[in-house]
Amino acid sequence: MTDTATSHEVEPHTHDERAHPSDAQYVAVALVLGAITAVEVGVYYITAIPKHLLTTMLIVMSAVKFSAVVLWFMHLRFDSRLFRRLFVTGLVLAFAVFLIFLSSLHFYSPSRH
Amino acid sequence: MAATVHDPVEADDDVLHHSATGLSNEKIAMWAFLASDCLLFGALISTYILYRGRSVVGPYPHGVYDIPYTSVSSFVLLMSSLTMVLALSAIQRNDQRRLRIWLLTTALLGTVFIGGQVYEFTSFVRMGLKIHTNLFGSSFFVLTGFHGTHVFIGVLMLMSLFSLSLKGKLPQEKAQTVELVGLYWHFVDVIWILIFTLVYLIPS
Repeated sequence: MTDTATSHEVEPHTHDERAHPSDAQYVAVALVLGAITAVEVGVYYITAIPKHLLTTMLIVMSAVKFSAVVLWFMHLRFDSRLFRRLFVTGLVLAFAVFLIFLSSLHFYSPSRH
Repeated sequence: MAATVHDPVEADDDVLHHSATGLSNEKIAMWAFLASDCLLFGALISTYILYRGRSVVGPYPHGVYDIPYTSVSSFVLLMSSLTMVLALSAIQRNDQRRLRIWLLTTALLGTVFIGGQVYEFTSFVRMGLKIHTNLFGSSFFVLTGFHGTHVFIGVLMLMSLFSLSLKGKLPQEKAQTVELVGLYWHFVDVIWILIFTLVYLIPS
């Protein structure tokens, strides 16, 4: 009987893994993503919104869309925490690259010389 | 009992490779690759943002961007993430017919997106914006060009999966292969979510 068990071995799940969503839930997430995209484009055309407020609104909506795809479609919400840590490390390093580049432009900008 | 005995070599192909963590090595490798790809796109997006408004000659972003057109492209890529995850769901249920439908749909949506990008690039060149025209042209074409290349590679992988499925070489046991390609595809989508907002929508 042990040989049968070996031939049907499946991916073992760690304690922090959960069942994936249903197709209906995926469609619901996609509809929300589509709606947020429509709102993003809509607010872009509202000239009465101050620039800083518009920028903040767009970044928040983008972050919500980003999180929804990563957490639901890429299953980070349901899979092992190790994957989450790996991906977040990449994002943090990417943001660090941005800050380093920003600081270098700040210090070496032609306007400062 | 004789019927349950398998060729060890053949059985080894069916068994996924797992690390000491109990997780699939291939999946850990894919997440590590995506984390490293974050750095590539982080650098390219940073370059675009930090060079924004520093071009001394035109054309400038507000003069060439067609937001309604790019919005449709973004929506197409967003929906391709849905069809990709439905393909994964199909193979996990061993529904080969739906797997092929969703894989092909995802590849088609990706191709539509690439076609849209080619059209956009062509129209920008006609308006006088080339990669060497100014800082905007350089940072824009390199960023979106790299993203487009990622989408193209994704389409090739999707078509390979579709071909394997047609030949009957993508059984339910190989669902992780679809999941890995799916992770790559969704990553390409989330990068475009950032590009659409940071490059196209946020005013300079």
